[in-house]
Amino acid sequence: MSGILIGIIEQGLIYSIMALGIYISYKILDFPDLTVDGTFPLGAAVSAALVLKGVNPWLCLVAATLAGVLAGCITGFLHINLKIKDLLSGILVMTGLYSINYRIVGAPNEFLMNEPTIFDSIPQNSVVFEYKYLIILFIIVVAVKILLDLYLKTKSGFLLKSVGDNQGLVITLAQNPGKVKIIGLAIANGLVGLSGALYCQRSMQFDISSGTGTMVMGLAAVIIGTTVFKKMKFMKVTTGVVLGMIIYKACITIAISSGLQSSDTKLVVTVLFLVTLMLNSLPGRKKGGCANA
Amino acid sequence: MLELKKIYKKFNAGTIDEKILFEDFNLTINKGEFVAIVGSNGSGKTTTLNIVSGDVVPDAGRVILDGNDITKQKSYKRAAKIARVFQNPSMGTCPSMTIMENMSIADNKGHRYGLARGLNTKRREFYQSQLELLGMGLENRLQTLAGTLSGGQRQALALIMATLKTPTILLLDEHTAALDPKSSDIVMMLTDKIVREKQITTLMVTHNLRHAVEYGTRTVMMHEGKTVLDINGEERKNKTIDDYLKIFNEISIECGN
Repeated sequence: MSGILIGIIEQGLIYSIMALGIYISYKILDFPDLTVDGTFPLGAAVSAALVLKGVNPWLCLVAATLAGVLAGCITGFLHINLKIKDLLSGILVMTGLYSINYRIVGAPNEFLMNEPTIFDSIPQNSVVFEYKYLIILFIIVVAVKILLDLYLKTKSGFLLKSVGDNQGLVITLAQNPGKVKIIGLAIANGLVGLSGALYCQRSMQFDISSGTGTMVMGLAAVIIGTTVFKKMKFMKVTTGVVLGMIIYKACITIAISSGLQSSDTKLVVTVLFLVTLMLNSLPGRKKGGCANA
Repeated sequence: MLELKKIYKKFNAGTIDEKILFEDFNLTINKGEFVAIVGSNGSGKTTTLNIVSGDVVPDAGRVILDGNDITKQKSYKRAAKIARVFQNPSMGTCPSMTIMENMSIADNKGHRYGLARGLNTKRREFYQSQLELLGMGLENRLQTLAGTLSGGQRQALALIMATLKTPTILLLDEHTAALDPKSSDIVMMLTDKIVREKQITTLMVTHNLRHAVEYGTRTVMMHEGKTVLDINGEERKNKTIDDYLKIFNEISIECGN
């Protein structure tokens, strides 16, 4: 039982970083960014390819994040500079990334064998060795969350919040709203790339289709996180999103363990998503949530 | 000084709905003037503001601000010198941020929006002193989300934010039209006070003839892309609402409605 619980928390932590990215693009920027379905495996691909080459696994995380940042910038460029609709920009980049991910790894899936990962940073003789995944993931998630919270309190972060809320205000502040959006998408996809890299190093594999449904999953966590914990004013929305992802993973695990096949996951995801939306009395894209961001 | 020179603007060019609005339209606003622009719907008042702000690009003609040709400049770049308050009260503030955060972000205009702390706590007292001018008690509610304020309060906050860094030109786009009569009068009085104190060159579009008569230093009446009346000084002082209404009716009769 505790094994299952640990598994849920580990999964939740890995994907919560992705959910934080979706929180930025969807909730703050009001941008339905489907790029993430390609950025997640992109992070995994970059991480897998570099780990196999013997690069320091921590550096691989950085590289995966930067790859995500780049993907976000491209989506932003398509949307802002080429004036392509937000949804379509994301879909285009996501589609293109499929081939790029294949190129990076050279195969639709790849396994890491005995290559060192970030989780080997905890020495084998340490008393907490048993929980090495949990500990390292926890530290990374907390660090990312705090950095994101700090960023949202900077001037640049304020601008990011206003561009999703009220683009006209950003213009009156003599700032280019397009640039602000691109920065937001870059951060969002950077986080998703990092999440993909963690997934790769934890599961010791790269799977080209691992990104399918990322957006929906992240969004579900964001909605759970922003609605369930809305009443708790003392808690930051980002914390809510992280917990939302853990709750989400728990729900999926319970559903699967009650007799469904793992191929039913996507359906469970959809149903869970709908249930959350209905519990939230079907809010629009922009209501609530971001209020105490 | 702001000059609109030989402006031409067509809407829906080449379609059956083609509408020629401006043909050789000229308007010069001198420094320190507070111009009230009135006119019927479709007369080109708001388009005039949009051409100044850069939201509408004229087909031909030039927009010159203090001697610089800004016709081709993007609206966000012009905004460095041109402030604007919109008709919709939610356009001028960020609803998901507190009053304090809104004030801080407006106060940073003209500076970099980098990784420095967003909240400018050092200026808290200054913000409070500015909000006090509104007489709405907002100075004691700095932690309130702007989205929870009433329309009048939000519009007043938007006005303070737009003028926090004194702009070269202030554009008021029917900024009291969406408010109830009392809030509308309060916001108008505040506008007048701020514009006078900071001596901001102002262009105000309004449907409220009383505001156009009582406030400002010059009145421009527009009709079908032309100025049909442009008065200031003594001549303006002697005009009443009825005089304006008379001109309005004359124009409408000419149009046949």
